[in-house]
Amino acid sequence: MSTYAQKKGFGATVWDYLTTVDHKKIAILYLIAGGLFFLIGGLEAVFIRIQLAVPNNDFVSAGAFNEIITMHGTTMIFLAAMPLLFAFMNAVMPLQIGARDVAFPFVNALGFWLFFFGGIFLNLSWFLGGAPDAGWTSYASLAIHSKGHGVDFYVLGLQISGFGTLMGGINFLVTIINMRAPGMTYMRMPLFTWSTFVASAMILFAFPPLTVGLTLMMFDRLFGANFFEVAMGGNTIIWEHLFWVFGHPEVYILILPAFGIFSEIFSTFSRKRLFGYSSMVFATVLIGFLGFMVWAHHMFTTGLGPVANAIFAVATMAIGVPTGIKIFNWLFTMWGGSVKFTTPMYYAFGFIPSFVCGGVTGVMVATAAADYQYHDTYFVVAHFHYVIVGGVVLALLAGTHYWWPKMFGTMLNETLGKITFWLFFIGFHLTFFIQHFLGLWGMPRRVFTFLPGQGFDAANMVSSVGAAFMSAGVILLLLNIVVTQVKNVKVGNDPWEDGRTLEWAIPSPPPFYNFKQLPLVRGLDALWLEKMEGKKGMTPAEPLGDIHMPNASFIPFMISLGLFIAAFGAMYHVNDKPWAIPVLILGLAVTFGSMLVRSLKDDHGFHIHKEELQDEKGAEA
Amino acid sequence: MTNQPLSSSNPRVDLEYRRKKNVEEMRHQVISFTLMIFLTFIAFAVVALKGFTASFIVPFILLLAAVQVVFQLFYFMHMSHKGHEAPSMFLFTGLFLGLVIVLAFMTIIWW
Repeated sequence: MSTYAQKKGFGATVWDYLTTVDHKKIAILYLIAGGLFFLIGGLEAVFIRIQLAVPNNDFVSAGAFNEIITMHGTTMIFLAAMPLLFAFMNAVMPLQIGARDVAFPFVNALGFWLFFFGGIFLNLSWFLGGAPDAGWTSYASLAIHSKGHGVDFYVLGLQISGFGTLMGGINFLVTIINMRAPGMTYMRMPLFTWSTFVASAMILFAFPPLTVGLTLMMFDRLFGANFFEVAMGGNTIIWEHLFWVFGHPEVYILILPAFGIFSEIFSTFSRKRLFGYSSMVFATVLIGFLGFMVWAHHMFTTGLGPVANAIFAVATMAIGVPTGIKIFNWLFTMWGGSVKFTTPMYYAFGFIPSFVCGGVTGVMVATAAADYQYHDTYFVVAHFHYVIVGGVVLALLAGTHYWWPKMFGTMLNETLGKITFWLFFIGFHLTFFIQHFLGLWGMPRRVFTFLPGQGFDAANMVSSVGAAFMSAGVILLLLNIVVTQVKNVKVGNDPWEDGRTLEWAIPSPPPFYNFKQLPLVRGLDALWLEKMEGKKGMTPAEPLGDIHMPNASFIPFMISLGLFIAAFGAMYHVNDKPWAIPVLILGLAVTFGSMLVRSLKDDHGFHIHKEELQDEKGAEA
Repeated sequence: MTNQPLSSSNPRVDLEYRRKKNVEEMRHQVISFTLMIFLTFIAFAVVALKGFTASFIVPFILLLAAVQVVFQLFYFMHMSHKGHEAPSMFLFTGLFLGLVIVLAFMTIIWW
């Protein structure tokens, strides 16, 4: 299509993105929005470290500190890490299985806008009377007594963005089950696609408990129910269970795609087939399954009793086995490979020792008896930052460098990338390694300050200096992105030259229909297989024909906007504001009206005709 | 194959095979229907007859109900057909995880 490469005005580009149903553009939206929230969450982290740099500091007040730690955790998990992973899943997974889009492009756009409006709603709390302050877990005994609207913002914002995540997960599942290219059997799918599949299945099973918990909390806070109010016969522990039934699978939802990204990188830059592919698949599925059996290890000190504690402790340690399988497979992938040290490979190298550290402390805190000592200290803070930053964030940064050329058609500067890596990696260990010892020395988590002379002073200063290094790394990455996009040097299909999977068989960025002809997949690492036989690209599996494409639509934006408006009505209804109920009704009317329009108006999409595809230059598929 | 309508315009459809399949499926449906009626009858009988305690009756009826659900899913909602592997996998995984969570909530939550 000739319109694809045409220069467009700014307004037209914005409208294009507001209405797009193209998985590659939605991926860019996820990347931008997730990146923005990552910066906001990072800024909150910097505030935390400034406040804790010296004893008796008064950079922020105790109340503001509670808001900052709550929003740091919530933002980083729900609004930064998940959307950034969704960005890569959207950008890469359909290409890796040889599909032209996800199964439901409209729902894909809807999922993004729901997440985006939920995130905006949550962050507006800063300007509308105070952010949530009951911790990212929002335990009911704190949350239902929290003054102001902070926790309401948390409940409604996460509910809205949770809908979006659930839709995204279901969409990926259907896509992977139904839309694999001819020859792409399950056991030929790249590991990133496999981990997307398992993570999506986990989203499908893990988000409903969160939805239930948030709904109960919403009724408690906004409509006078007493599900968690002990004085009225409720039970505050049920929130903790509901939250962690969701919350523990959630951390695997984050780490599995991260494993997938690293699996791609290790095999690409070791220029070797991934060692033990089938055991990798098995381990991924097993981690996904066991992830649902361990939630109560977050609650060892709640008083579940020794039997329950023992069961959950053993189940938790069992997850170490498939994770260990993965670690060894990555090492064996590099063993004997012709390793190329690119920026993504730097991150992959840094990931292994960092994540193993987090895994080892994970087994330590999984030991129920010992956990009574670790619980609520900085040891736990150090542990989960080692797995989430050392695992997920390193993977996100690696994935950004690795797939940037595929998403934008330009190559991030390698030298700047490596400097970014060293700044971030050193900063990360400087910040969090010392926190293990702070915890063992007895510093509790979630305290807004500490007294001098308890032996915490130097260690906290070291930790804060580390945060400065990490910030410098992130700023350098942004600089790298700006410089790269300004220079705008376009690259070809396979800029790393060692691409193994289908996404590297098509131009960067891919044409909007992805594959002119669906590729024939003859084995694992489909493109690599063809390259080794001296072919330039994939063999097509079908004759050139018309391609059916979905139309762009503004309706997903409107459906999400309606819920965003309705949430304000629901929240201010408790203050007896006269406009609250009308706003609630107006918002729901917008949402359901938009859904009605979508249902009544037939939208059959359009066809790209064979002749247009033949005219086009480049685009080999 | 068996899911296609009989009036398909596809000339390569093996009508003989299809008819045989349909007869076989109808037989399965009738058999499972009879069994389900029989199971229901047993359930009523257990309650009606004197001599069984509630601690036997409740789990027993629940077991019969579970068997009926399986019959329903496989013979009437066509889960026995090919191409239903993924849905049934997700169904049973979800069921298992849900039951584990219910079991945990019933045993370890204290009031």
